[in-house]
Amino acid sequence: MTSEQAKSVTDGGPVVRLSGVDKVFSRGGQPVTTALEGIDLTIGRGEFVSLIGPSGCGKSTLLRLIGDLVAPTRGEVIVNGKPADRARRDRDYGMVFQAPVLFEWRTVEDNVKLPLEIMGRSAADRTARAREMLDLVELGEFAKHYPYQLSGGMQQRVAIARALSFEPAILLMDEPFGALDEMTRERMNSEVLRIWERTGTTIVFVTHSIPEAVFLSSRVVVMSARPGRITDVVTIDLPRPRGEATRESPRYFELVTAVREGLRAGGGLETDEPGLASPERTLAEGAVG
Amino acid sequence: MTSATAARGPLGRAETSSEDGRGRRRSVVTYVLVLAIIFVVWEGIKFVGGVPWREPGAAPGSPILWNPPFRWPIANDLKLPHVWTILLSFGEPWQPAVSSENLGQYLFGAALYTWREAAIGFVLGALLGLALATIFVHVRLLERALVPYVIASQTIPIIALAPLIVFAVGQGIFAVVVIATYLTFFPVTIAMIRGLRSVDPRAIELMRSYAASRAEIYWKVRLPASLPYLFTALKISATASIVGAIIGEDTGGIQQGLGRVITTFNQYYATGPEKLWAAIIVASLLGVAFFLVIRAAEIVVLRGRPGAAAG
Repeated sequence: MTSEQAKSVTDGGPVVRLSGVDKVFSRGGQPVTTALEGIDLTIGRGEFVSLIGPSGCGKSTLLRLIGDLVAPTRGEVIVNGKPADRARRDRDYGMVFQAPVLFEWRTVEDNVKLPLEIMGRSAADRTARAREMLDLVELGEFAKHYPYQLSGGMQQRVAIARALSFEPAILLMDEPFGALDEMTRERMNSEVLRIWERTGTTIVFVTHSIPEAVFLSSRVVVMSARPGRITDVVTIDLPRPRGEATRESPRYFELVTAVREGLRAGGGLETDEPGLASPERTLAEGAVG
Repeated sequence: MTSATAARGPLGRAETSSEDGRGRRRSVVTYVLVLAIIFVVWEGIKFVGGVPWREPGAAPGSPILWNPPFRWPIANDLKLPHVWTILLSFGEPWQPAVSSENLGQYLFGAALYTWREAAIGFVLGALLGLALATIFVHVRLLERALVPYVIASQTIPIIALAPLIVFAVGQGIFAVVVIATYLTFFPVTIAMIRGLRSVDPRAIELMRSYAASRAEIYWKVRLPASLPYLFTALKISATASIVGAIIGEDTGGIQQGLGRVITTFNQYYATGPEKLWAAIIVASLLGVAFFLVIRAAEIVVLRGRPGAAAG
């Protein structure tokens, strides 16, 4: 599906809409954890929206609900004007995880071509798109390398190139820079913004990092844990393009504080330990298997 | 060639084989060293406690070259022929009254015959193992039901099973191939059940996000991910298939393979102990050669993966 077709389906409408969504994980028929409760969220075309919250607030589950990798217990998930499962079958979105999840037996170029192979694009088309995407993430000269020869940040850029190779309407990113050091992370933030401005893809971005969420997004959705709820939505009115100067502006610090307060109000900050696995997260991954 | 001149990728890992080359030379030296140690120990035992050393193949009354101080039963020329006697026998006719074919040619022909049976059994066993593992991975119910029987089947000694197989399918090459297949499929099945499941669950999520079919997930993710496991099992199966073929040949009534050769030389051991040792050497060389073929295939197929050069 080309981006032209994708746009025409919901011209003017939101690209993601969740209404009254609950997600309860059960074991053996018995409900065990309420990962999400009463989620109402609308995301407009071309927006950059971050989901932030403490471990166990269900943000990764929410991302997977949008991607139809998990089904809601209640409520509906509309993506690109269709139910989420049809959007998945229509390949309307690309996904980037915290780990690059590249196939070690394929070269960098072949990894980027993977979704295009599955979607039946011609060989010439595949090669052209792969080259284009690798140039976009500035890894063109590493096309014939194997993943193990690249650093973590470079592998993650390959994963992003792969996710964008088929021009999805939406990009779902689950803490993609969580495993990187601070400096690489800030550089990758600028990379993502550059790519976002070039392609106009709608991005839903899950993160633990308040500065990252504020720097990147048009809106930050603040969530609380147990049960997972949206407690606040902070509109980020920082001017674009955003750069190093943005990170030092007074308005930036005000917004970071606003988000932090939103987290505290939701009871988020006492348990804020990035990278810790929570029962909800493990169940989310197990339930997909 | 120093490591400083080797090409490096972005992470500083070696990109050329210059460092691998040094490692390989070291392995060759080690192998030769081990052979040398075996030689020294072997002849050392005969040096100290064997029968008097004479020219190889000389008549009993010929001059003694060395008289060992002790006499140990284990070190006499019947139980422990001299290394050079064994090696020289390769070049001599093995049935002087019947033909001028030397032992080396005869053993080589027998080994090739056995290898053909083993190779067919190996391929069939590998395919069977792969098919079983694929079914078990996709249909959990069958896995739980059948794997215990698969394991139990392997605990029956092949010596007991071989006559049963011959009884069922008749004497001949087919029986030998069946026995070789039987010994080969098990390591492949067990390794591939693990291998096909060894995929990162997020890779499966990724494929689902592309709306890939189960078949696409199998061919594009599970199978490539399982190849390292497959090759480990194939190395075991390679040697197992040769053992199976050798054992099966006798029961199966095959005359031309190593199985019959070893049985015959065992029977007539007193008239030429070095011939049996020669046959054993050839059988083990066959196993090593098959193993190395698999290893070479592994290096080619697994190129580009981290740790591919190891093992």
